[in-house]
Amino acid sequence: MDKQFVARRRRDLITAAGLAAVAAIVPLFVKDVYVQNIMVLTLMYAALSQSWNILSGYCGQISLGHALYFGLGAYTTALLFTKFGVLPWFGMIAGGLISAAIAMALGYPCFRLGGHYFAIATIVIAEIGLLLIQNWDWAGAALGIDIPVRGDSWLKFQFTRSKLPYFYFALVLACVAWFVTWWLEDSKWGYWWRAVKDNPQAAESLGVVVFNSKMGAAAVSAFLVAVGGSFYAQFVSYIDPGSVMGFQFSLLMALPAVLGGIGTLWGPMLGAVILIPITELTRSYIGGSGRGVDLIVYGALIVLIALARPEGLVGLFSRRRKEATR
Amino acid sequence: MTAETIIQSLASGLLMGLLYGLIAVGLALIFGLMDVVNFAHGEFLMLAMYVTFFLFTFFAIDPLLSAPLAAAALFVLGAAVYLLIVRFAMRAKANVGMVQIFATFGLAIVMRGLAQLFFTADYRSVPNSWLGGKTVSVAGIYLPQPQLFGALVAIAAFGGLYLFINRTDFGRALEATREDPGAVALVGIDKNRVFALGWGLGGALVGLAGAIMATFFYIYPDVGASFALIAYVTVALGGFGSVFGAFAGGIVVGLVEATTALILPPSLKSVGIYAVYLLVVFIRPRGLFGSM
Repeated sequence: MDKQFVARRRRDLITAAGLAAVAAIVPLFVKDVYVQNIMVLTLMYAALSQSWNILSGYCGQISLGHALYFGLGAYTTALLFTKFGVLPWFGMIAGGLISAAIAMALGYPCFRLGGHYFAIATIVIAEIGLLLIQNWDWAGAALGIDIPVRGDSWLKFQFTRSKLPYFYFALVLACVAWFVTWWLEDSKWGYWWRAVKDNPQAAESLGVVVFNSKMGAAAVSAFLVAVGGSFYAQFVSYIDPGSVMGFQFSLLMALPAVLGGIGTLWGPMLGAVILIPITELTRSYIGGSGRGVDLIVYGALIVLIALARPEGLVGLFSRRRKEATR
Repeated sequence: MTAETIIQSLASGLLMGLLYGLIAVGLALIFGLMDVVNFAHGEFLMLAMYVTFFLFTFFAIDPLLSAPLAAAALFVLGAAVYLLIVRFAMRAKANVGMVQIFATFGLAIVMRGLAQLFFTADYRSVPNSWLGGKTVSVAGIYLPQPQLFGALVAIAAFGGLYLFINRTDFGRALEATREDPGAVALVGIDKNRVFALGWGLGGALVGLAGAIMATFFYIYPDVGASFALIAYVTVALGGFGSVFGAFAGGIVVGLVEATTALILPPSLKSVGIYAVYLLVVFIRPRGLFGSM
């Protein structure tokens, strides 16, 4: 097992580096702003889903409330910048740390809950966060925050003329989330998480501190998602509670991982690359009139993939690879 | 805040709570039967409201009379959803839980899309129904008639359900399948048939709730979303799968919502429900009436 496993991990790393390099060149040839926009969103959701996958896929704690951390990241960055002039880069770190701390504080009571009780608790907590921000006047309440334009610069992480800087940041973010997963997969944490997911009682009896490993997964996951939220605030330069903390974000983070393959290294990436362009294209080409056809296509696709490929689309590749090595 | 205001809002809260129980009981029934959470439950409610609306608009049938029709329509829908989607989702060899969530969630999105396409995104309402907008005064407390009627229907439905589960052959088959789906096959009960009827029954109950909701609430494609979350909380609060728990959970949710609305601004009234849910599961991780 060992040699094969090490070889597989090395191959994963090389594949990822190759894909990242190819992705980095693409926008030099694809100048269309609309397409670039889709690419930025695809990379962002790949990163978010990869981060969600750490807690929900590897550690098995299905969270349907990660929009909370996304919103916290976006709001921390936007508030620090507009109220105190703090650069978004510091806001990004602050948002990540706040989210990780809150994830652990919430995990303390929530990780005792099993299955559906846990999932509903995550939805409910994110909804409370949403309602509180909607009623918080200092933070713009339901109207949200308009991030003022102070000219294009990396220092202020604002770019009005070109989408390329956002693209490269999203690419780096997706790579970081992937690499963190890759690295954790073979660390003691990775083994703990899978043990906790498969059989918490057995894991506990073998000396895995189940509670602490859930807390670790929650903190890493929340930190990365908050960085994504912080990026999103800069990218769209206007945020309001529903558009960064709504329930739909929690689902949009989970969907790519589920469709691609939950608890797998490549699943979230693959899911995002397929799902996000389809979402955006159906929305703009057949959903423009607001007649719901985009929703029908999108929903039907989710049902079909869930029924036809319960283990995720990543299964298509691994089977072929297995046959090739045989 | 006078004592009268408090009693007044607690009374409305109780009525609304019974209706929440009726909305949620179908979800609890299906979960108890086969451990599946139907993420399209809110859309079932939405569809029942539209059925009521169209029967009223095109055939002038009052919601009071069309409620059984809405229940029948949703019975068919529930059974069809089981036979066409959920049955296959349960066969998944990996990630069964996630597959069920996303199969029913995808269905919810499709239903919303269909509603937008065929019924448009306009807000509809059932004006001038027999009960709509009327109130009745009991000992100085004003109770809105639609909610009052809804509460009575909810009580009757729970009573009927209790008798049905305990006194009929099918009810006993339902209960037996819930306890051991493998063993019932040995005594000649077709598991799929029971599950399909269970889904139909769950649909019929939310169909009944939808017909009543249509008399005092706006009808639009996304109307299910907010009630669905309340229904999940209600079911979880009562203890997943417990039919009686859904009834009690609904009452708790209605009273908490009314109390919160007295203390906090109206836009925060759901916070109370969510906070109580968290409080309950932190103390009793399997809800009020769930088996420990």
